[in-house]
Amino acid sequence: MKRSIGFVFSAVLTLMTLATTAMAEDLKLAVTTSFANSGLAEILLPAIAEDTGINVQLLVVGTGQALELGANGDVDAVLVHSKAAEEKWLAEGNGTHRREIMYNDFVVVGPSADPAGAGSAGSATGAFTAIATAKAPFVSRGDDSGTHKAELAIWKAAGITPEGDWYKSVGQGMGAALNTAAGLDAYILADRASWLNFANKAGLALLYQGDPALFNQYAYLPVNAEKHASVRADLAARLEDWLVSDRARGLIEGYEIGGQQLFHFNAQPAG
Amino acid sequence: MNEILGAIAQAFHLLVTVDRDLIEIAALSLFVSLGATLLASLVGLPLGAWLAVNRFPARRYVIAVLNALMGLPPVVVGLVVYLLFSRAGPLGVFGLLFTPWVMILAQTIIITPIIASIAHQAIRDLWADYHDLLISLNTTRGQRIRALLWDGRRALLTASLAGFGRAIGEVGAIMIVGGNIDHATRVLTTAIALETGKGNLALALALGLVLVALAIAVNLAVHIVSQTERRGRW
Repeated sequence: MKRSIGFVFSAVLTLMTLATTAMAEDLKLAVTTSFANSGLAEILLPAIAEDTGINVQLLVVGTGQALELGANGDVDAVLVHSKAAEEKWLAEGNGTHRREIMYNDFVVVGPSADPAGAGSAGSATGAFTAIATAKAPFVSRGDDSGTHKAELAIWKAAGITPEGDWYKSVGQGMGAALNTAAGLDAYILADRASWLNFANKAGLALLYQGDPALFNQYAYLPVNAEKHASVRADLAARLEDWLVSDRARGLIEGYEIGGQQLFHFNAQPAG
Repeated sequence: MNEILGAIAQAFHLLVTVDRDLIEIAALSLFVSLGATLLASLVGLPLGAWLAVNRFPARRYVIAVLNALMGLPPVVVGLVVYLLFSRAGPLGVFGLLFTPWVMILAQTIIITPIIASIAHQAIRDLWADYHDLLISLNTTRGQRIRALLWDGRRALLTASLAGFGRAIGEVGAIMIVGGNIDHATRVLTTAIALETGKGNLALALALGLVLVALAIAVNLAVHIVSQTERRGRW
C-alpha cells in the first residue's frame, strides 16, 4: 500500500513537471471541426513547432463555441469560417483583427441513387430546392457552426424555410452529422475536406459542387489581449506571420487527399 | 459485424505493438479518474458514515438530495466547472482550464454523491449491528465513524469502485473542461468521440475495448492488493 501511494505521488510529480515544461510556448487555438477533420492540422502543427517553436494546442469545436472560448479569453486565437459571426465578434471587442488564410468549398452529399435529383441542379439553391420539393431526408448540423450557417444561408437564398420530418437538425459536429446522414441515407451539406477524409461513407456520394455560393473562407482571429491579460498575443502574432508565409502556402496548397487539392491559400501579404 | 471484428483485431494490434499515443492517452485516463476517485472517496466515505451515525432534522432531505445527485448530468457539471475556471470566470486567474487538474475536479464532483450514497447505505446496515456495542463502550462519535469505516471497508471499496467506473467512462464533462487537446488533455473517452466523428468506427470501438480492459485491470488490481474475493475466504 505504501509503495502504491509512492507510485501515485511520483506519477503526479512527473505530470506536474511535464505540464510546466510544456507550458513555456503553448498557444491554444480554437478551430472548427471541419478544419480538424480535414487532416491538414496534422501537416501544419509539426511544421509550426519546427519553424517557430510554438506548440499549438487545438481545441476542436464548432465556430459558435470557438468564438465563445475566444471571447472568454480561454484560447489565444481562433481559426473559423463564418464571416458574419466573426465580424460581430470583432465588433464586440473580442479580437484584434481578422486575417483571411485560405478557403475550400462545401459540397452537397447524398444517397448515391439521388432520388431528389439534386445532382442535376444548376446551382446550390437549385439542389436544395430539389431536396425540399422531394422531402428527401436532409441532415443539418444545427450547431451554430460555420457549416450550419452556410447551409442556412443557402436555404434563405432559395426562399425555403426548412422544416418537417425530412429535415433533421442533429446539433453535432461535422463527423457525427455525416455518420447520421450515412445511417439515414440522407442529404447533407459538408465541407469538401471533411467529406474526403470521412471513413464511413456507406451509401453516400458527392452529388453537387462548384457553385460560388459554396465558397468557404477560413480566417484567423487573434484574441484581444487588452481584454484578457493571460492571452499570449506575442505567440498569436508569431503564428499569424507563419500562417501567411510561403512555407504555409506550400503546405496548404500541397495538401491532397486522393489526388484532390483541399484548401486554396489566399492570405494577403502584410501591408 | 465486420466493424466489430475489425475493432477487436485493431484493439489487439494497439495493445501488442504498445502504441505510444495509446499509452499516453490511457495513462492520462487512469490518472484523471483515479485522482477523482481518491478525492471523492476522501470526501464521500466519511460523509456517508457521518450521515449514517448522526440523527438531525434535515437528515432525510440531505440523503434524498445526495441520492438524486447520483444522476448529475456530466455535461452540466462540465459547463459549471468551465464557467468557474474560464478566464472570464471567478477562478479563471489560476489558469487551470484545459489541464488534467480541472478534469479531476469535474469528475470528483460527478462521483462524490455516488460514493457517499453507497457508503451511507453500507454503513447504515453495519451501524444497526454495531449500535449497542459502540454505545455501551462509550465511544466518541469520531471513534464510531472510524470503527465503522474500517469494518465496512469492503463495502466501501465497492462504493469507490462504482465511482471509478462512472469516472473512467465519462465523456461529457471532461470534453468541455479538458478540451480533448492532443498530448495534453486527451483521454480514452474523448479520443473515442473524436474517432467516431472522423468516421473511424473500428478504431473508436477498439479504443472502447481498451477502456473496458483497463477498467477490469484496475478492479482486479484493487481486489488483489486488498486481498478480497479470494478462494477459501469469505
